[in-house]
Amino acid sequence: MIGSLWLVPLFPFAGFAVNGLLGPRVLPRQAVGWIACAAVALSFLFSLGAVSGLGQLPESSGGLVVDHEAQRVTQTLFTWMPLGPGRDGRAVSVDWSYVLDPLSAVMLLVVTGVGLLIHLYSIGYMEHEDRSGYARFFAYLNLFMGMMLVLVLGGSLPVLFVGWEGVGLCSYLLIGFWYDRMFDEKSGMSVADAGRKAFLVNRIGDVGFILGTLLLLSALGTAQIQDILKAVPNLSAGMATAAALLLFVGVCGKSAQIPLYVWLPDAMAGPTPVSALIHAATMVTAGVYVLARMAGLYVASPTAMTVVAVTGGLTALVAATLGTAQTDIKKVLAYSTVSQLGYMVLAAGVGAFTAGVFHLMTHAFFKALLFLGAGSVIHALSGEQDIMKMGGLRTRLPWTHATFLIGTLAIAGVPPLAGFFSKDEILWAALSGSGGSLLLWLAGVVTAGLTAFYMTRLYMLTFAGPPRLTHEAEHHLHESPPVMLLPLILLAVGSVAVGFVGVPHFLGGASVPNLFEHWLEPVMPAAAGGAAGAAAAGHAEEAAHAAAAGAPLSEWGAMFVALLASGAGIVAGFAMYRGGPRPERATPAVRWVRAKYYVDELYDRAFVGPYRALCRFASAWDARIVDGLVNAVAFVTDLAGEMLRLAQTGYVRNYALGFFVGTILILYYVLR
Amino acid sequence: MMPVPPQSVVIVSLLLFGIGVLGVLTRRNAIIILMSIELMMNAANLNLVAFSRQHAHLTGQVFGIFTITVAAGEVAVGLAIVLALYRRFNSIYVDDVRLMKE
Repeated sequence: MIGSLWLVPLFPFAGFAVNGLLGPRVLPRQAVGWIACAAVALSFLFSLGAVSGLGQLPESSGGLVVDHEAQRVTQTLFTWMPLGPGRDGRAVSVDWSYVLDPLSAVMLLVVTGVGLLIHLYSIGYMEHEDRSGYARFFAYLNLFMGMMLVLVLGGSLPVLFVGWEGVGLCSYLLIGFWYDRMFDEKSGMSVADAGRKAFLVNRIGDVGFILGTLLLLSALGTAQIQDILKAVPNLSAGMATAAALLLFVGVCGKSAQIPLYVWLPDAMAGPTPVSALIHAATMVTAGVYVLARMAGLYVASPTAMTVVAVTGGLTALVAATLGTAQTDIKKVLAYSTVSQLGYMVLAAGVGAFTAGVFHLMTHAFFKALLFLGAGSVIHALSGEQDIMKMGGLRTRLPWTHATFLIGTLAIAGVPPLAGFFSKDEILWAALSGSGGSLLLWLAGVVTAGLTAFYMTRLYMLTFAGPPRLTHEAEHHLHESPPVMLLPLILLAVGSVAVGFVGVPHFLGGASVPNLFEHWLEPVMPAAAGGAAGAAAAGHAEEAAHAAAAGAPLSEWGAMFVALLASGAGIVAGFAMYRGGPRPERATPAVRWVRAKYYVDELYDRAFVGPYRALCRFASAWDARIVDGLVNAVAFVTDLAGEMLRLAQTGYVRNYALGFFVGTILILYYVLR
Repeated sequence: MMPVPPQSVVIVSLLLFGIGVLGVLTRRNAIIILMSIELMMNAANLNLVAFSRQHAHLTGQVFGIFTITVAAGEVAVGLAIVLALYRRFNSIYVDDVRLMKE
């Protein structure tokens, strides 16, 4: 089964080809949706088969290279770019290879599993689209899945980058899916603008990613991730830091970290399943995946780790504050996603890569659930997204309500739901991990409180309190069809259950092992676990040392503080929004948060404006100077023609006489 | 029969050529200009043949036949130009065609 790994990304590509070519004209509507789902389902099944094959690995053979110790299978399909001899004389080439190890296995299952549910959901959600739009949607969605799987499985940085760019493209296409609509009336941003914004901001990150890849390729002569990690000790400290930071620029773009997070809230212009799949569960976590993939490189550079941790902590905190003031149901969730991604990056930055990936996984479940729940609400209200015009939906949409509540509790960190375990592990790592500090931990705890608060606010305004629906929305109000409810229910189950695979050691003790950490153990660098990892591995000495050195609180104490913050957030949210929206005094602080700290305006002034000015200058240069020179040449020629014309009579006989006289003169000259 | 001396032939050819040049320079009708050009061409032909005989060498005569052939092609093109002129300007008087000046 593991030998057919290469098929996994191929199914969605086939679905893309079939739906993209035949969907709009030939295939019946139902077939389009089910073909797309079947493609992803096949990928999921083959992923399951391949991952289960990790248990008993075969010997290396043919295109398969098996590393038993690291539980890694590398399948090389073909040589993609032969680059000639490198610095040391060996031939350098980039192979198209897929790697399955415990880390990519986690991603593989999350991507195909959650992806499959979201595909199913889309069948119901997009039912009002016309036939060609329906086919286009599913074709893009399948293309995205294929690209995401290439990203996850890519064994070398260039292959990974193909997937990285591919998902970026699909993100752009799907954000702009309703390209003829308006997204934000106030700022005049159209849906197409939102897509372009996402694409362009991501480009900034991609430049960093390419430079990082090329730096590693030129320094080490290989782009194969495992070879790079093996060769990291050969890198000078400065080189390692530079490469890690350049890759991190790419991570910032894709995973929406400060300063490149601005595209994600506007990415909500896309259809809701897209927000769930791409902008919550899978694509935006690609950055975190790259951090975990390149963990060996990052731990080699304390500077880079600090940058990563601080960026993550800051993003988590800032985005959480912004989430408290949004009134669009999807934008609240978008800022929440940015904030949770900040958590994951923070975890990576303090060396707790396992915790980061664990949060990535739990987040994929509960955030996809929340987005799909929001989609169900929007669908029920005929497109209304303003939570000020909702309320009282608890009894009207019972299934949506129940699942959304579970998602809310999970993200708020209520034990024993999934979010609690993963968040707790990150917070503990932020306090005690390598490079962790009280400040980072506090940022995380405050974020946890804010998260609980804005999610409770969102829940209360949407489902509780007096209904504030418009008459029309009220009239069409209906619970979603089963094809949409089934994914909600399955994801809700996941949001409850999935946390138990990673119960922290101090909670579970010997009876409930931390399966997740054990699973990822072969992949993660030994030092990367930090104190948390060391404690789990049973190195009491190291753990005690780390705790004594950095942690002013015990693991239990830290957990209780975090729980207290979450509880306070929930209580505050409940108390403040029990009776529906409340008039908020527009203090300067509130105004700042509502205006999203004027970050978009700042970027407009600082980057977009000057760039536009530069463009205008270049355009004027082209029109005046370059075109001017060309026109000047034409003008001079024209002028010369006008002058010479004066010498012409236009009578044939004059010219004939000219010939005659000329000939005689020449003859005289020749025969003289 | 007394052979014609080459000098006489050259004089005739000179006269023919002169008539041709005058025709080209003075006539307005494009067809007559064309005919005048033919005259000049035949003056040259006459020279070729005459000197060919004087030198008892056939090259000149072969050249003459070539020239006649080329002249036929030239007339065809010339008449086509005249026809085109007529279609465009409704006239074959070359003085009516002064595009270079206008």
